[in-house]
Amino acid sequence: MHRVLGDRRAIAILLGPALLVYSLIMLVPMFWSVGYSFTKGNTIEGFTWHGFGNFSHLWSDPNAHQALWFTLKYAVVVTVGQVAVGYLLALLYVFFLRRASALIRTLVFFPMVLPTVAVGLLFKALFQIAPQYGPINQLLVDVGLHPIDWFSSTGTAFIVLVIMDVWRSMGFYAVLLYAGLVDVPDDILESARLDGASGLRLVRHIVLPLSFPVLMSSLIFSINGTLKVFDSILPLTNGGPGNSTTPLTVLMFNTAFDYGDYGYGSAIALLLTVVCLLVTLVVFRVSRRDLTKG
Amino acid sequence: MIATSTRSKRRLLGLSASAAALTLLASACGGTGGGASSGGGSAAPSSFSFLSATENTVDRAVLTSLSKNECATENKALPLSVQTQPQANLNEKVQLLAGQNALPVTFHEDTPTTVVQLAQSGKVENLEPLLQKLGVEDQLLPSAVSTVKELYNGQLDALPAEYNIEGIFYNKQIFAAHGLSVPSTWDELVADAAKLQTAGVQPFSASGQQGWPITRLIGDYIFRDLGPNAMKDVADGKAKLTDPAYVAAAQKVADLGKAGYFGKGVGSIDYNTALNTFLTGKAAMLYMGSWALSNIGDPKQDSVGAANIGFMPFPAVAGGQGSIDQYPSNIGLGIVVSSQYANNTEVDDWLSCVAKNYGTDSLKGQSTISGFKVNTPVPAANAVTTQVQTTMSTATSSVLWFEALFNAQATTTSQQDAAPLVSGSMSAQQFMSAVQNALTSGS
Repeated sequence: MHRVLGDRRAIAILLGPALLVYSLIMLVPMFWSVGYSFTKGNTIEGFTWHGFGNFSHLWSDPNAHQALWFTLKYAVVVTVGQVAVGYLLALLYVFFLRRASALIRTLVFFPMVLPTVAVGLLFKALFQIAPQYGPINQLLVDVGLHPIDWFSSTGTAFIVLVIMDVWRSMGFYAVLLYAGLVDVPDDILESARLDGASGLRLVRHIVLPLSFPVLMSSLIFSINGTLKVFDSILPLTNGGPGNSTTPLTVLMFNTAFDYGDYGYGSAIALLLTVVCLLVTLVVFRVSRRDLTKG
Repeated sequence: MIATSTRSKRRLLGLSASAAALTLLASACGGTGGGASSGGGSAAPSSFSFLSATENTVDRAVLTSLSKNECATENKALPLSVQTQPQANLNEKVQLLAGQNALPVTFHEDTPTTVVQLAQSGKVENLEPLLQKLGVEDQLLPSAVSTVKELYNGQLDALPAEYNIEGIFYNKQIFAAHGLSVPSTWDELVADAAKLQTAGVQPFSASGQQGWPITRLIGDYIFRDLGPNAMKDVADGKAKLTDPAYVAAAQKVADLGKAGYFGKGVGSIDYNTALNTFLTGKAAMLYMGSWALSNIGDPKQDSVGAANIGFMPFPAVAGGQGSIDQYPSNIGLGIVVSSQYANNTEVDDWLSCVAKNYGTDSLKGQSTISGFKVNTPVPAANAVTTQVQTTMSTATSSVLWFEALFNAQATTTSQQDAAPLVSGSMSAQQFMSAVQNALTSGS
């Protein structure tokens, strides 16, 4: 095996096809898109050189600022929600439900296999106010409260979005973190217990540091997924009310494909790429810290 | 020597494999051209394809009916094939297909600026010379032709499959029960709405999800107040939507929302729900186009009954420069013909047959008035249809609608922000500023 992997041609043959496919479907469109961001136009009327015009527009465009702010706010809140609830569920599986957790794991994971659009429509119906009250508003009325038009204000629409995305993904992160937690050696846990550690102290000083790598992986998965959120937004709020729940992805899509401005759409895409890169770098930097020394 | 030969064979094999893989990938990435070779001129399509907006059921129903009856011969030579696309993504789909040279033979397009762009780049046919060549140019109503030209930079870039006027449909029974007469001014309309609201009747039914049924009210108020050229002045840069008179119009409509006249959760109401609310007697008025006559004439949808529904023009604004008899008119979505296939014999036969028979079939089968002549007299289905037809034939001038001359970005912004405007989360000034910004930056 060492001889095979030491041979440059063998490495080229093994890596070549995957690299070729990756380059064609990932890298080429990326560089292409960067090229577009210096142009104005679309496939109908053609492209003209626009220099840094799209970037200066990006700098001064209130819609782009709003979308960037919403994207960051949404990513932070939903990532914390998904990973925290997932971690709590994983702790529940490992320390309380133990072997009996299989059924609960499957049930909690279930929303993950549903198409996001279906989940979006489900939540829209759950929280609707017209033409009939959805179950949530009916419940509010039944307990003597006023029904809420959840999708008419930014704050309440954001709450529904967060609840939906945390509910949809928590099962996935619970399973991912569960896989990390079952790898924590029993003898270390046992010796910690003998030393008097239990409950929160056990989690804080033993379980958390030992499951830290998988926690970091979950965070990176989650933050990158939530920064690029698209399919949750469209069926539930379609970026509204107004454009207050429009993330960068939806703005980019509308700009390029609805408004027919590929150049500015590509500039927004580039901004999103840079944001993803920066956030990932920050998470990696933080993950180098050794929790056992904290 | 043998080793060198084996190595070169391997290299050749490797290169061939790479080339084959690239070819496969390239062919997988390429789009299909809708059954015809790409490029300009009169290509031969494999079908008379029609990309229809999902929500518009009338046009494809008429074309399907024609394919079975009057245009059966043309359909045999070139079968009709219909595809649908939700209107929210129609503009995106048309742009993508145009970019791939894969436009269908005919299609709906809801953004006039896109049609103008397509026409300028030679992808959409100017139908005036084509219909003249086919000898059927007289089959189009002159008023419909002028509306099309007003929309598309002076060219006949679409067939007026519908010719609509817009106004307010009202429930006669509800009006009579509350002692209301048909309002002729905006102030009277608002006073009637207030009486209805006090009596526990929802005054207006409107779809905030679509947005346009609300922005139409803003546009009409502007036309009545500032005159029929008010929106053209905005398009030409002579006026701005942020000018006080324009903002005042948005404020008038926002006030209706603030008073709760559109009912609960207007932002969540879709088109069908808004229509259904009115047709089941749960709201007194509905701002809509004459295309709704097909729903009004359908007893399965209309439990109020067509005889109990009346039609009134958008009221005048006291002291305004516009007139109550300037009806907002449009051609619905308009059927656009791809240049790629125009002048193909079978396509031209189809277009000729459509021009001669569409008007009659649309009125007879769908109770909808089109921009084509009705060559065989069709008795009106009900009184409200007669009223609308009479209004259309006697109207002396018309106006467009709020977004008619906007680019795609301003249209989306306007329709997206309509619900926040009437639900109070956006002020009239903010609404008009957002649309004006989109108008400026998207042009």
